[in-house]
Amino acid sequence: MPEPPIAVAMSGGVDSSTVAALLVRQGHSIVGMTMQLWNQRRLPELAPETSGHGRCCSLDDVYDARRVAEQVGIPYYVVNFERQFEEQVVQPFVDEYLAGRTPVPCTLCNNYIKFDRFLEMADSVGAHHIATGHYARVRYDEASGRYQLLRARDNSKDQTYFLFGLTQKQLSRTLFPLGEMIKPEVRELARSMDLDVASKGDSQEICFVPNGDYAAFMQAYLKDKGVEPQATRGAIVSTDGRTLGEHEGVHHFTVGQRRGLGIATGEALYVISTDAQTQRVVVGGNDDLRRDRFTAKQVNWISIDGVTEPRPAQVKIRNKHAAAQATLHATGDPGTVEVVFEEAQRAVTPGQGAVFYDGDLVLGGGWIA
Amino acid sequence: MQHFYFDHNATTPVAPEVLETVVTCLGQVYGNASSIHHFGQAAKQRLEAARRQVAALIHAGPQEVVFTSGGTEADNLAIFGVVRAAGGRPLHLITSAIEHPAVLAPSAHLEREGVEVTRLPVSAGGVVNPEDVSRALRPETVLVSIMHANNELGTVQPIAEIARVTREAGVLLHVDGVQALGKIPVDVEALGADLYSMSGHKLYAPKGVGALFVRKGTRLAPTAFGGHHERDRRPGTENVPGIAALGAAAELAGRSLPAESERLAALRDRLENAVLSRVSGAGVNGARWNRTPNTSNIYFDGVDGEAMVIALDLRGFAVSTGSACSSGAITPSHVLTAMGLSADRARSSLRFSLGRSNTAEQVDALTDAVVASVIHLRRISVHA
Repeated sequence: MPEPPIAVAMSGGVDSSTVAALLVRQGHSIVGMTMQLWNQRRLPELAPETSGHGRCCSLDDVYDARRVAEQVGIPYYVVNFERQFEEQVVQPFVDEYLAGRTPVPCTLCNNYIKFDRFLEMADSVGAHHIATGHYARVRYDEASGRYQLLRARDNSKDQTYFLFGLTQKQLSRTLFPLGEMIKPEVRELARSMDLDVASKGDSQEICFVPNGDYAAFMQAYLKDKGVEPQATRGAIVSTDGRTLGEHEGVHHFTVGQRRGLGIATGEALYVISTDAQTQRVVVGGNDDLRRDRFTAKQVNWISIDGVTEPRPAQVKIRNKHAAAQATLHATGDPGTVEVVFEEAQRAVTPGQGAVFYDGDLVLGGGWIA
Repeated sequence: MQHFYFDHNATTPVAPEVLETVVTCLGQVYGNASSIHHFGQAAKQRLEAARRQVAALIHAGPQEVVFTSGGTEADNLAIFGVVRAAGGRPLHLITSAIEHPAVLAPSAHLEREGVEVTRLPVSAGGVVNPEDVSRALRPETVLVSIMHANNELGTVQPIAEIARVTREAGVLLHVDGVQALGKIPVDVEALGADLYSMSGHKLYAPKGVGALFVRKGTRLAPTAFGGHHERDRRPGTENVPGIAALGAAAELAGRSLPAESERLAALRDRLENAVLSRVSGAGVNGARWNRTPNTSNIYFDGVDGEAMVIALDLRGFAVSTGSACSSGAITPSHVLTAMGLSADRARSSLRFSLGRSNTAEQVDALTDAVVASVIHLRRISVHA
């Protein structure tokens, strides 16, 4: 019996291309697949033909992935997950925004598409393992019998923040061959293997939202769905209850936002909280943004099976946040954790993920309530 | 690994005899068929010989054959040509829900320009009812466009009955014959078609050549401009090697059709009977009678068609989920859903289309691979 193949998720970028080439060089049998997730031509008002670079599923990216597969000599397929992506990532993203929260679609995509639908597709080609170009590490811990997730060696590229939802089963079948490498090494490796994508730019932002303009995306998406966005208006109020101005819907605001409030005052004002029910946007000074605790819901435990006693951890509350020292407190519900920081943190934003670390080890994570 | 091809409705390999014609023409017959000199005359002779060969296959006159770049252009020329020739008055055209995008997309384009379009439904067997055509006719109807054989199912449409309706009403009938030509006998006279589209690469000729039969006297406006080729209907220096190949392929098809269609039908039935007897929760989509002999469309409940195509490809068998032009699309096949299949069942369907190179041994090996793939895919989807 030959070794079962490894299914490599190929986006057309330098990272996943290098993974495919590297595994082939190591002698593994590989099937390359690109997930077609979103039709960039669907909302033409958002995406001028010329600006296709750096966003997911552009024809150029599929071309690049196909070219790499040809270069390294592996079977290659484009698999269409547009329907599932819209149902499980885009629609929840829009709903969350309209509800006044700030969602993290990349985590949903990892949970339900890249490490779920893609694993099913791997099953269908007889592959036991999948490999991706994520910067993260997985290892099996004999003592606890658990698959552990660890930060990437290249801390500046670490993507574990978006991977906190992975189950033991998913982790047991996943390879992150770039976890021990730093990005310049990956590029050098890609160059040494003559991959055309070696110097391709990194992708940025949320792949289906051009230029990071969420409000424009939602307007175009809702129009495409034939949903007339409700004309919403609400008050912008200060922390002591004074009305300072008006706005056109809480979904235009996110906690910590400073620009675009349309209020002229002497001091700098930030969004402190939003409430979709009352359409109130509360603003205040920088200090008002600080919170020393929050509740994390739908917690997924990875490297440990939960907390019973208070446990120290470093907690990261958004991708660019430097994890802050905190204590995890168990509640009556194993899926809910009370997080108490040693020092209050700025802009704890409902809808974002909170990931718990012990050094490099990812203990688990949940959603900020 | 050896690879076997069961996707002849997507495209066919070039037949050896046809390849010889292409190579000879590319190497030796390089004149411009419009030139006066010896070289031009040689090219013109090949062009007109091919026109006679194609005309003979469909029982038309050579002067009624217009060469194009392929089936899509032939469909576009027929639809835009008739509508543009009819002029600015209110216009209406009738087509069906199961046409190829080469007919549906031009119709939708005309609709945006103000032409009224009726898309007829089909029966659960995938067949258009001629009485529906009759009921849809209006005084301003200028064209009815119905395919001869469906690309996904192989179902043959009742063209002669539809033609009786259109004739009586004085409305032109266009037939997209791309998937019928070479698989079943085509007689444009007996069918009563006024326009008939053909494609080279579905007939063991190369890609990039096709033809449109235009019945003598049919008013058809050109849709491209630049020369007086093809009786002012399709300008551009003729693709003589491609056209000669189409001619050679047409002649070959005419000679081999009776025996080959019988052989393919037997192989197709062998495949269907074996698969249906060995796999539960599977069935043939569309009517099993009156089909092109090479096509079989089968659903496998609980199996994702796209995953099945990949699994079979990795075992060395090329099949498809439907038309190659729309594979990878987010929506399930418009043909299967028009027949009333649920989206789930449409997504679990596969098209097998046989051709000249396929043998009984290959069909048996394909059957084994299908059975193994279905078992595997159903097993893993249990915990999904």
